[in-house]
Amino acid sequence: MRKPEKNRLRRTMMFMSAQKPALVKDAYIFGADSVILDLEDAVAENQKDAARFSLYHTLKSVDYGSTERVVRINALDTPHWAEDVRVCVAGGADAIRIAKCESAKDVQVIDEAVTAAEKEFGVPEGTTLLMAALESPMGIINALEICKASPRMFGIALSGGDYRRCLHTKYYPSGSEMLAARGQMIIAARAAGVQCFDTVFTNFNDMEGFRAETQLIKEMGFDGKSIVTPKQLAIAHEIFAPTAKEIAEAERVVFAIRENAKKGVGIFLVDGKMLDIAFVEGAERTLSLAKATGLYKGDLV
Amino acid sequence: MKVNEAAVAGTLESSDVMVTVEPGEGIQLSIDSSVINQYGRAIRATVLETLDRLEVTDAKVTVVDHGALDCTIKARVECAVFRAEGVSEKNIPWGGAVR
Amino acid sequence: MRNAVGREIPDELLTGGREVFQGNAYRDGYTYTKVGPTVRASVMSKETKVVADIRAAIEACGMKDGMTISFHHHFRDGDYIVNQVMQVIRELGLRDITVAASSLGSANDVLAQCIEEGIVTGIQTSGIRGRIGEAVSTGKLKTPAILRTHGGRVRAIECGEVHIDVAFIGASSSDEFGNASGKNGKANCGCLSYSDIDARYADKVVVITDTLVPFPNKPASISCIDVDYVVVVDEIGNPKKIASAAARITDNPRDLKIAEKCAEIMRATPYFKDGFSFQTGVGGPSIATTLFLKKYMEEDGIKMGWIVGGISTPMVELLKEGLIGQLADTQDFDMGAIESLNVTPGHYEVTTSEYANPMNKSAYVDKLDFVVLAALEVDVDFNVNVITGSDGILRGAPGGHPDTANGAKCTIIVAPLVRGRIPTVCDKVVTISTPGESIDILVTEYGVAVNPKRADLIAALDEAGVEHVTIQQLRDKAYSMVGVPDPVQFKDRVVAIMEARDGTILDVVREIKPYSYDG
Repeated sequence: MRKPEKNRLRRTMMFMSAQKPALVKDAYIFGADSVILDLEDAVAENQKDAARFSLYHTLKSVDYGSTERVVRINALDTPHWAEDVRVCVAGGADAIRIAKCESAKDVQVIDEAVTAAEKEFGVPEGTTLLMAALESPMGIINALEICKASPRMFGIALSGGDYRRCLHTKYYPSGSEMLAARGQMIIAARAAGVQCFDTVFTNFNDMEGFRAETQLIKEMGFDGKSIVTPKQLAIAHEIFAPTAKEIAEAERVVFAIRENAKKGVGIFLVDGKMLDIAFVEGAERTLSLAKATGLYKGDLV
Repeated sequence: MKVNEAAVAGTLESSDVMVTVEPGEGIQLSIDSSVINQYGRAIRATVLETLDRLEVTDAKVTVVDHGALDCTIKARVECAVFRAEGVSEKNIPWGGAVR
Repeated sequence: MRNAVGREIPDELLTGGREVFQGNAYRDGYTYTKVGPTVRASVMSKETKVVADIRAAIEACGMKDGMTISFHHHFRDGDYIVNQVMQVIRELGLRDITVAASSLGSANDVLAQCIEEGIVTGIQTSGIRGRIGEAVSTGKLKTPAILRTHGGRVRAIECGEVHIDVAFIGASSSDEFGNASGKNGKANCGCLSYSDIDARYADKVVVITDTLVPFPNKPASISCIDVDYVVVVDEIGNPKKIASAAARITDNPRDLKIAEKCAEIMRATPYFKDGFSFQTGVGGPSIATTLFLKKYMEEDGIKMGWIVGGISTPMVELLKEGLIGQLADTQDFDMGAIESLNVTPGHYEVTTSEYANPMNKSAYVDKLDFVVLAALEVDVDFNVNVITGSDGILRGAPGGHPDTANGAKCTIIVAPLVRGRIPTVCDKVVTISTPGESIDILVTEYGVAVNPKRADLIAALDEAGVEHVTIQQLRDKAYSMVGVPDPVQFKDRVVAIMEARDGTILDVVREIKPYSYDG
């Protein structure tokens, strides 16, 4: 059983049907930070049971290495979610993604079921993390309470298709239709101290559109993007990777802060800019990200 | 346990296996596989072990395999048997008879 | 007798000077005399060599029971030539024919029927697929099939190990004297490289075309000096199946991952420098590798000197962009390549002998820096199988694989670690078609393994920071996913002989046994 890691790197979360043996047997090789094994939309209504048997053995027998295994379960208004939670916990999924989440109550219902399942299957309480997909205006409005609804919560994700329909709009390359939702979500997530993920980009052949959307959400502060094909991985990782200049700057900042802290100096100059201790967290995050992507080999983090 | 109703699980896609269970005397197993030459014995062993773990004593079991891994074979056999009993939707003994 | 790759070769096959494989270098410096064709001279001028139909040509050639005939495979899955010729042979009641083809595919399934009827009792080829492979593997062919590399086929013909009585050469266009080309017709294939040796060494040569053009048909792959008869038929093949519009570049993420890694490895070797030479195929990750290479060539400011072998549109585009110097073409995989041949400066045809014959005084493959090749199986000794499937049935083609693998300074195999449940990397390949001593690097989506004999390449990859593991680790990873495979069950009888390129016996294929759980 792996230790829960709420703040791990999640630049890319790749969806795949839990019911497709050819996909799930080694989906980790493409290098997504997380895979989302889907019991919800990718599985036909009359195959929910079969998908759970497949999921259980996939979780138990396939070594996903350092790739995080998240399972998207069926929504609370279906008859499936309770058994979905049991199989996730029994199989040892790292996290559960709650579909169509609209309130803190929704998270708490799942949280209680997870706790019960952890007891049933002898899993240490709190091992199974939660994330919530916000797919409706109500979910977006309640983003903050959802983020804070359970200590298991590590993040929220936008689910664009349903949300656009609710809003009476559609996909626009500028991203204007999602601007309000994305803005509300990232602010709520940061206020609650959890991560924030963007929706999937479903036109597999429009790589420039994918790049533009990923660049936009990176600039907004999002932690990562949901993806649907390994083809999108390299671009997302490229966009989320810090530049050589950012890494060098972060290195100098961390070094200067530590040196000055030893001397008891609180405010100082790096590259002509005035800095204080508050800058260390951001610089360290940049270096951690650089290390995870193989761009930084030093020992400051 | 005897299988009293017919049930199917799985598909004919590559890397998947379609398992059909029907009422029968003892275990009557037939296997058709695209990898029979190298994995025939392994497939047979996995199916029989899984049936044994589920305490199935009497069933006609038909396996049409397109290169499924062991974990998929187990999942499909289990699902077919639970479906035949009408108990595939909830309270599955994860980690118990299903493992 | 056990050979140098550890395969047991039955003694009864070791007759008439046949030997077991003793390593790639065994026949280096071998001295021999070429065996030429018997020619009927045409001293007095004649108007035409065109005869009424295939039957008239066969009769004029004096074809008899027990003779050896040959075909080329430039028309691939669109070939109508083999079917038309075999139909006439059946009508004439000829028996005991040996077919010595450059390769055989699913378009030639009629041969399976001819094998069952005893019309064809011998097969010699560089590729065998579909129903023909099944017929041979199930023991229907009277004598063991002989599988040769492309270079090995030329060698066998020149050494007299196989004597072709009548060569049937399908051509996209021909004049009435038999100057024949793979272009200028209704169904074009580009090169006719594989037919060059047949034209020069068969006693009788029949050109079959559906497009008769005025004399002289130039440039011609086949010269009228070697041609006895010309036959005009309605259709030589299905153009759509001869060549696709443009070879498709894979969008399979697994193949792309392998291709990208392959290009990264090539860049890490000392051979990746201005003027380097390269060969690859069209399937799976192969063409994609070429495109990843383009990126690195541009970044490093270097150009590729030349490509040899099968040509496809992406290579032609790189030639036109000036990133490749020359294309030495042996077959054309798509319309872009066919149209470019002899048109784009630097894109020309080479014969199979120039390409790969090991008993020449040299061949193009000997000058290769890199070759990137596929494999059905690779074992822990780096031996490769491209000829038998996991069910033990013949369904592949050594083609130029062993020739280029031996010639190139850096031979890279690209393959997924497992296909469905079948592990690519294994303890022992079903049939060895290319000896492990020819293979330098294996690239899979799970990791890279370097042949331990190439300490220089290991050092180069280490220096470039390219991670690699042992091939045993890759096998273990494969087996941990899919389980350890049982050996395929065979009977004792040998149904095919896999010759090394020098003519020694590399391996044998035995008759398949119906699967038994107790076997």
